[in-house]
Amino acid sequence: MAGKGGVGKTTVSATLARAAALSGLSTLIVEVEGKSGLPGMFAHGELGYDEVVLSAGGGPDGAADVRARTLTADAALLEYLQDHGLSRISRRLVSSGALDVVATAAPGIKDILLLGKVKQLERAGVADLIVLDAPAAGHAITFLQSPRSLLDTVSVGPINAQARDVLELLEDHRRCQVVLVTIPEETPVNEAVETAFSLEDRVGVGLGPIVVNGVYPALVGLDADPVAAAEAAGVSLRPGEADALVAAATFRRSRVELQDEQVGRLESALPLPQLRLPFQFTTDIGPAELETLARALLDEIESLSGLPA
Amino acid sequence: MTEGETVAGLVSERSIVVCCGSGGVGKTTTAAVLALEGARRGRKTVVVTIDPAKRLADAIGLAGLTGSPSRIDGNWPGELWAMMLDTKSTFDDLVLKHAGTPEQGRRILANRFYRNISGALSGTQEYMAMEKLHELHDETDFELVVVDTPPTRHALDFLDAPRRLSRFLDHRLFRLLMAPSRGFVRAVNVAAQTFLRTVSKVVGGDVVDDAIAFFQAFEGMEEGFRQRAARVNELLAAPETAFVLVASPRRDTVEEAHFFAERLREAGIEVQALVVNRVHPTFRRRVTDQAAAATAARAETLAGTELGGLYRNLADFEAVASREQGHLAGLADAVAPAPVVWVPFLRSDVHDLAGMDEIAAHVFGRSA
Repeated sequence: MAGKGGVGKTTVSATLARAAALSGLSTLIVEVEGKSGLPGMFAHGELGYDEVVLSAGGGPDGAADVRARTLTADAALLEYLQDHGLSRISRRLVSSGALDVVATAAPGIKDILLLGKVKQLERAGVADLIVLDAPAAGHAITFLQSPRSLLDTVSVGPINAQARDVLELLEDHRRCQVVLVTIPEETPVNEAVETAFSLEDRVGVGLGPIVVNGVYPALVGLDADPVAAAEAAGVSLRPGEADALVAAATFRRSRVELQDEQVGRLESALPLPQLRLPFQFTTDIGPAELETLARALLDEIESLSGLPA
Repeated sequence: MTEGETVAGLVSERSIVVCCGSGGVGKTTTAAVLALEGARRGRKTVVVTIDPAKRLADAIGLAGLTGSPSRIDGNWPGELWAMMLDTKSTFDDLVLKHAGTPEQGRRILANRFYRNISGALSGTQEYMAMEKLHELHDETDFELVVVDTPPTRHALDFLDAPRRLSRFLDHRLFRLLMAPSRGFVRAVNVAAQTFLRTVSKVVGGDVVDDAIAFFQAFEGMEEGFRQRAARVNELLAAPETAFVLVASPRRDTVEEAHFFAERLREAGIEVQALVVNRVHPTFRRRVTDQAAAATAARAETLAGTELGGLYRNLADFEAVASREQGHLAGLADAVAPAPVVWVPFLRSDVHDLAGMDEIAAHVFGRSA
């Protein structure tokens, strides 16, 4: 999952994971940027390096588990060195801060350690689907480009082999796809288009449908005159209420108009199918909102493929 | 309220304004609006941006900018200049400034390991933004320097980046390796050799050679860097500097804003103003969860009618506004007595001076 800051990338990662679980796929969400709002969306405490179950499957709805864990470059390096018979030096390498030196000597090494770990999880079949909540926009490209840039710097050894394996995973469109997240506003749309082309050209990764988050749902009556509408419904309005209803409707109409324009622009600039998620009228995404979003995503996917449920 | 306690007071009186906050909250736009106001109040102002959105850049004449300030023409009594932060050239200048000889400077700049530092060492971009700020403040005649911080989760890394960089340049293991600059492998102790061999095994020998050459070339410059870093931190904590926290009302960004305020406080810096962008409008005087629920209930009983749609819409916005105000009240308390400015969702993205004026009207409390 990739997207600019503020577009709801983590929310959409959670939504995709829950939607996959509702379709019976066991799902693992991997976080690489430290603390995020993810666990709160499942009413769960903070995440750690060990896997936790965010929502348990096996209920009457036939859903599978959503699990999650975090990955850090330091921990991945430790694990990597231990797996490669270098455990004697590994703790010192990490605790002395030497990883910073090594990472500077070979940029992208932290990224490759993270991606290498994800590849290992995929190979081990830990879940039917792994959702990687990637670093924000610009960083996502550098992040996914790391195997290729590293192949130039490090020409031999295990890191080189690791980079090759990760590159193979990224280029295999059946195993791995990037889902871009954006919102229907000008700057995020521009950035999504740019990121999409960079990812295709420079990383060679396959792009899934683009998720447009925060789209105002359609609503009947926004153009109506409240006084006439009240008469039609046979009720009366409280004093001042007509003004509030009109102001709110006008605001929504102007936002919707802007959104339509941006969605259209995205459509013509980027030949990717769009999955639109409804704006949630709250500041906090919790389990209830997540469920709504996951079901909405499944509906969108269904209408995209044109297949019955 | 005196002038000193408003955002307008900050841009009229302070010499440095730093905008910080998480990504996607409108930090760059806010920095541009503050700088423009400085120029409007007759000051010679420069804004240092990290990554301005292209249309905003075009609108204020930022297109094709380099690492040095360019003047933006406009009808204001002061001057408005703008520049992009070029992390690498800022770092290069710093190295050249501290190098013992031009030859030492050249040797460092040519080193492959050095060329990776600005891209790979975390906090470097943030630190260079602060370094640039210091340079603009000390070595030019700008009266007001407004700086935008990078949009990372680690946006406040600049607070300890100097320390981190010193530690990095001072790395004990590498000092051991460097000590005898000829035939180092023979001369260093066993532990360092084992370390070196392990690193070579993982990333290859060339990489290690580059690193060693870098640390050798850097020898003797750490102290200059450390002193400079200390002066930058002093300037950040000085009364002429103001930190403006930029946020949006979503819960996660509000939480991050709390975290930023806390970290700044630990560093001895108080937030001088809070700007909250993208606040949903309110359509009635009282916005509470109960009022929103009452409107929603009315929408429910009228479901299927046009009036029901109108109530549904009002209820939606009342619900979100009530939540936002709850989060923001807590944040305003956390930064008190700093002034708080709420900028509502605008009709469109900001991509020209008129859009900036609309924000300025909210930030500086005047009608657009």
